[in-house]
Amino acid sequence: MLRPMASTAEFPRAHTELSATEKTFLQAYRWMLLARVVEEKLASLYRGGKIFGGVFLSKGQEALSVSLGISLRKRDIFAPLIRDQAARLAFGEPLLDCTRTYMGSRLGPMRGRDGNVHRGRPAEGILPMISHLGAMIPTVAGALMARRFRGIQGTVGATCIGDGGTSTGAFHESLNLAAVERLPLVLVVANNQYAYSTPTTRQFACRDLVDKAVGYGVEGHSVDGTDLLASLQVVGHAVERARAGHGPQLVVASLLRLAGHGEHDDGHYVSPGLKEGALGRDCLKVAEERIIDQAWATREELALWHEDAQRQTEEAVAQTLREPLPDPSQEDWCSLASRHLSEG
Amino acid sequence: MITYLEAIREAQAKALRDDPRVYIYGQDVGQFGGAFKATKNLAQEYPGRVLDAPISEDAIVGSAIGAAMEGMRPIVEMQFADFSTVGFNQIVNHAATLHWRTAVPCPITIRLPSGGTAGGGPFHSQSMEAIYAHYPGLIVMAPATVEDAYSMLLEAVAIDDPVVFCEHKYLYYHLKAESLPTEAMPTGKARIARTGRDATIVTYSAMVHESLAAADELAAEGWEIEVIDLRTVKPLDTDTVLASVARTGLLLAVGEAFPWGGVTAEILARVASEGFDLLDAPPRRLNAKDTPVPYHPNLWGTHRPTARTISAEMRDLLRR
Repeated sequence: MLRPMASTAEFPRAHTELSATEKTFLQAYRWMLLARVVEEKLASLYRGGKIFGGVFLSKGQEALSVSLGISLRKRDIFAPLIRDQAARLAFGEPLLDCTRTYMGSRLGPMRGRDGNVHRGRPAEGILPMISHLGAMIPTVAGALMARRFRGIQGTVGATCIGDGGTSTGAFHESLNLAAVERLPLVLVVANNQYAYSTPTTRQFACRDLVDKAVGYGVEGHSVDGTDLLASLQVVGHAVERARAGHGPQLVVASLLRLAGHGEHDDGHYVSPGLKEGALGRDCLKVAEERIIDQAWATREELALWHEDAQRQTEEAVAQTLREPLPDPSQEDWCSLASRHLSEG
Repeated sequence: MITYLEAIREAQAKALRDDPRVYIYGQDVGQFGGAFKATKNLAQEYPGRVLDAPISEDAIVGSAIGAAMEGMRPIVEMQFADFSTVGFNQIVNHAATLHWRTAVPCPITIRLPSGGTAGGGPFHSQSMEAIYAHYPGLIVMAPATVEDAYSMLLEAVAIDDPVVFCEHKYLYYHLKAESLPTEAMPTGKARIARTGRDATIVTYSAMVHESLAAADELAAEGWEIEVIDLRTVKPLDTDTVLASVARTGLLLAVGEAFPWGGVTAEILARVASEGFDLLDAPPRRLNAKDTPVPYHPNLWGTHRPTARTISAEMRDLLRR
C-alpha cells in the first residue's frame, strides 16, 4: 500500500506554527522531491534496459511544475507536458500511473498502448498529451468551453509548453482562440533555454516570450523558475486571475533543463555559462536552502522526507514489476468505441 | 422540395434541438450562417450554441476534442475540405487515437465541404476521404443523396467516435428530394443505387450520380450496369461489393479523388484478394487526374470522371 500524499498532519508539532504559505511551500517541496526521486529511478531502470522507449526528466523544472499542480483544484482541467512529473503528483495523479505507463503494465491507464509521459485520466481532468507540441492547448480550451456550455463555473484549465513549443502554429492558434473566448486558461511556458538541442536564439527573435501576451490580448507573468517561492506566488496568482474571470494567463518561467532532452541525450550542447549561471541553479536545492534558512524544517526532517520518497518509489516500482504486461492475444485490436463499425 | 444542403442544415437543427450536448463551431457559421449557409439561422435559433471560430482549423479541432472529453458532441465545420489539412494533426493524431489510448470516446463530427465545383480551383475542390480513411480510429462518411446527407449526419453526431463527414459541394444545390427521410440504412452498409447484371460500378458521393448517368447511357445500348453507393468509405462494405461482383463478374471503381492509392484502389485490392475468382476480367478504376484540381471549367470537366468518361471506360471493360 502506498503512503497517501503528505499532509500537514505528518509534519512535526512545530509545523502547526507555520503559515499557510509556508505549509504550501513544504508540501510543494515534497512533491518536487518525490518527482526527482522517481525520475532518478526511471533513469536507472532505463539504463538497466527495463524501460522501452524514452525517459524524460524534469530535473530543474520541478519548482515551476509543482507550482502549477498545487495551484489547481480537484475539478480543474490539467494537460501536463513532458516535464511535469511534480505537477502531476500535486494535481493528484497516482505515482503508479507513472511507473505503470513507463514500464508498460497492463494495469496502467494506457495499458501498454501508449508510454512514458503520454498518460492521463480524462475523466479526472488529466488530459493525456500527444507528442505534437501545442496540441494540448486547444484541447484544454475546448474542455473549458464544454464546462461553460454545461454551466459549470469556477473551473480553471491549465497546460504547459516549452520555449520550442511557442513556435508552433498550435500555440498561436489556440492562445488566440482562448483569448477570443476569454477562457480561464493558464498556459505555463517553461523557457528551459533549449528545445532538444536548439537554443532560444534559433527559436524566437522576440525580446522576451512574455511579450507575446500583449499580442494575444492576455495577461502575462514572468517568473524565475528556479525559485519555488516565486513560482508558487506567480503561478498561483495566474491561476487565481483565470478563476476570477480575467481570461487566459500566460506565465513565462526562466530556468534551465538540468538533463538531456531524454536519457538518450547527454545534453553536451548546453552552454557551460548557462549551467554555471543563475538559471543553472537546481530548484530543489534552492528550495531546501530556503527551508533550512527559514527553519521551516530541520535537515533531519528533510532526510526523512527523502527516505519517504524513496520508499514510495521503490514500492511503486516493485508493484509494477509484479504486474502483467500487455498481451497481444488479449488485445481487441479495435480503435473504435463503436465496435460494430470496426473493420478489424 | 428539400436540397442536399438544406438536409444538412436540418440535420444540424435536429441535433441541436434533440441533444443539449451538441454545439457547432467553425468559421462564419454563426450569425452569417456559414459560407454555404449550411448553418443558416441556427445561431439565432440556438443562441450560444453555434459559434464563429477564428481562422484556426488546428485549434478548432483540438478544442472539439477537449469538449468531447468533457461530454459534449461538437459539430465542427471546415469551411472547405481542403482546409482540414491545417487541422490534420488534431484529426489523425489526437481525435483518432483518443479512444484507443484512453478508453474515453471522442464523439466529434467534422464536416468537410468536399469535391469539385466549376471554378473552385486547386484549394477549394479536394476530396480528402481516403486520407482520413487511412487512419485507424476515424469513421469516414460520403453521402450521395439528400436522404443520406440528413440521416448520416444525424448518425455521425450520435456515434461515439470521430466522424469525418464528406459532404459534396456539387450536390448542395443540384440534388433535391421530396422530403426528409424518416428511416435510414445502418451506418457502414452500402446501397445498391441501381441494379444490373452485366457489370458493377462501385462509387460514392457525387460520382454516384455521374455513374448513374453513365448507366442510363449504357442501358440505351442494352447493358445493365449495377451501381453501388458505398455511403461510408470507412467502414467499407466489402460484402455488398463482393456480392455484386459475384453477380456481374466485372468491376469498375469510380472516385473523384486523386488516383494514387485511395478508395478505388482499396476496393480493387479487396475484390482482387477476396473475390479474384468472381472476376471475369481485370478490375478497373477511374479517378481524377494526377494533377491539382484545375480552376477553369474546361479543364476541371476533364480532370474528374464524368458520365461520359465512366461510360467509355465501362464500354471498354464490357468489350474486353
